[in-house]
Amino acid sequence: MTTPTIEAAPPGTVPEPDWQERYGVASRDVYRRTLVELAREDPRVFCVDSDMGGLETLFGEELPAQYVNVGIAEANLMGVSAGMAATGLLPYAHTISGFAATRACEQLKVDVAGNDLPVRVVVTHAGLSAGHYGPTHHAVDDLAIVRTLPNMTVVVPADAVETEYAVRATADLPGPLFLRLGRAATPLVHHEPYEFRLGEARLLRAGDDVTLVATGPYPVSMALEAHEALAGMGISARVLNMHTIKPLDRDAVLRAARETAGIVTVEDHLVAGGLGAAVAEVVTEEAPCRVHRIGVPDRFFDHVADERELLVEAGVSPERIIRAAASLVRPAG
Amino acid sequence: MTTALDTAPATAAPDVTGPVDGAAREAAVPPGAAGPAGLADLADLAHEVRELVLRMGTSPHGTHVGGSLSSADILTVLYHRVLRLRPEDPAWAERDWFVLSKGHASAALYAVLAQRGFIDRAELDTYSRPGSRLAGHPLRRLPGVEFPTGSLGHGLSLASGVALALRRTGRAGRAFALLGDGELQEGSVWEAAMTAGHYGLDNLVAVVDRNGLQITGSTEDCVGLEPLGERWRSFGWATVEVDGHDLAALDEVFASLPHTPGRPTAVLARTVKGRGVPLFEGKKKSHSVQLSPRLFQRAMTGLNARRAR
Repeated sequence: MTTPTIEAAPPGTVPEPDWQERYGVASRDVYRRTLVELAREDPRVFCVDSDMGGLETLFGEELPAQYVNVGIAEANLMGVSAGMAATGLLPYAHTISGFAATRACEQLKVDVAGNDLPVRVVVTHAGLSAGHYGPTHHAVDDLAIVRTLPNMTVVVPADAVETEYAVRATADLPGPLFLRLGRAATPLVHHEPYEFRLGEARLLRAGDDVTLVATGPYPVSMALEAHEALAGMGISARVLNMHTIKPLDRDAVLRAARETAGIVTVEDHLVAGGLGAAVAEVVTEEAPCRVHRIGVPDRFFDHVADERELLVEAGVSPERIIRAAASLVRPAG
Repeated sequence: MTTALDTAPATAAPDVTGPVDGAAREAAVPPGAAGPAGLADLADLAHEVRELVLRMGTSPHGTHVGGSLSSADILTVLYHRVLRLRPEDPAWAERDWFVLSKGHASAALYAVLAQRGFIDRAELDTYSRPGSRLAGHPLRRLPGVEFPTGSLGHGLSLASGVALALRRTGRAGRAFALLGDGELQEGSVWEAAMTAGHYGLDNLVAVVDRNGLQITGSTEDCVGLEPLGERWRSFGWATVEVDGHDLAALDEVFASLPHTPGRPTAVLARTVKGRGVPLFEGKKKSHSVQLSPRLFQRAMTGLNARRAR
């Protein structure tokens, strides 16, 4: 497993204002800045754009020899990136999550995953983060698809801090990566440096009664809110940030299954096929326990709302997490 | 924008005035790199490719005979005269890259790979049989296969990415993709064509096996492709039309790449599906055939008779 290249400062030594300035923006912006830094250090790093907007100036003007725009052509984006990777380059291919996972799914499967090539598919607008753009731009099925692709590593940073860590930790990954980002700024989960370990769930809060396993910016921050409320109810909830969906940290899931009353999964993705399904698959085979899956139900959203509102409407909210966790710890009757 | 190409006749044939001097050609390329065959050897090699395709067609699932036979001459010229390859070192950094975008013509590819020594000829007998590396569509684990193909419409994007990367990293290699004509109905082909044209990838060559037939019949009756040359040119490509069964003409076309500096080249090779075996020539049913021992003998008799003529 790749180890992070960021040196962790001693906890509590980072002045909050600087931290806020560096990371208090959209994960996407931190990602882009980090990519430019990586590309300056390594000429194999290429930015492959599909007319996303922003990369052409931020990256293209800075490092034109390492920038390629294939236009609005997502299937081609995957094939071109695979071809580039086969020659020894490290292409970072950019598009919107839904366009990568569904429109260009076959190229992603056959050309990228099928060849086990180091293409980094970096997607934005994941989950319901494209809120007001409508259901064509919502991507709540992408994890279900990409986690079934052999060779694929799937990472969902919880905030801008983790985004930078994840990008650096996967810089030398020999195979393909699907890095799932949102669109707008989301709450900061991490306020000081820590050691990001790819494939290892990060324990955000210790707890013995029940386990909350979350992935993605709002789900993780909602799980932390729920942890506080549950503590007030006398329930000790373990909170795991499952930033790596594949390979899944089976050990952390099995410990949760064995050491606590049950697991609540939280994701900005369909309850079918995503984190909840992945967790259920693990415990079903090795340590059966109750798993309550909180995520997006089997429907489209055809009205305008922002990301958090849509999530709450979908049933992804601190209140739902609290109720689910409490019911696992103290079953009715 | 008007360019000389826009007015070039779509049917411009290459100017072939005589046989190419093989020794002079080979002296001009890096030692041990280009295909080792002389021009005079090509007919025998192509004949053998067809025989090997027919043999693979006797395997339990048969093979895509028609499209393999229509590609046979193109692949023979590419692998024996054009592509800079090192069979003993398939990953040689300075090599040319080849992508069989019409992956169903795998039998013809395996035949030339065996002729060039990437695989043993004996392995061809395993074609499509349990445990074999020779699947109905090429697997990447086979030496000499750069990308697995079979789902149509992928190869030109892959080759474009290779060509773009080779250029950006200052490497000499070129990227070739062999596409079926029916395959051009896949929209992703034109995404790639547009990108390659935009970037002026003159180290990229798309060869279209224009045999005119797909499973249901004529390409023009299914979803028409003409005017095909105009379509490629309008995407920023230089085009060359050539008789895809004229070995000398193919050799001449491939020897003078890029056709136009600053543009990718589309070689539109007019071919006949099932070419070389009268039983299959021009027949849509030749697309995928399992050859019984009797049918194989009939096909071989026809192939040899055509050769002798």
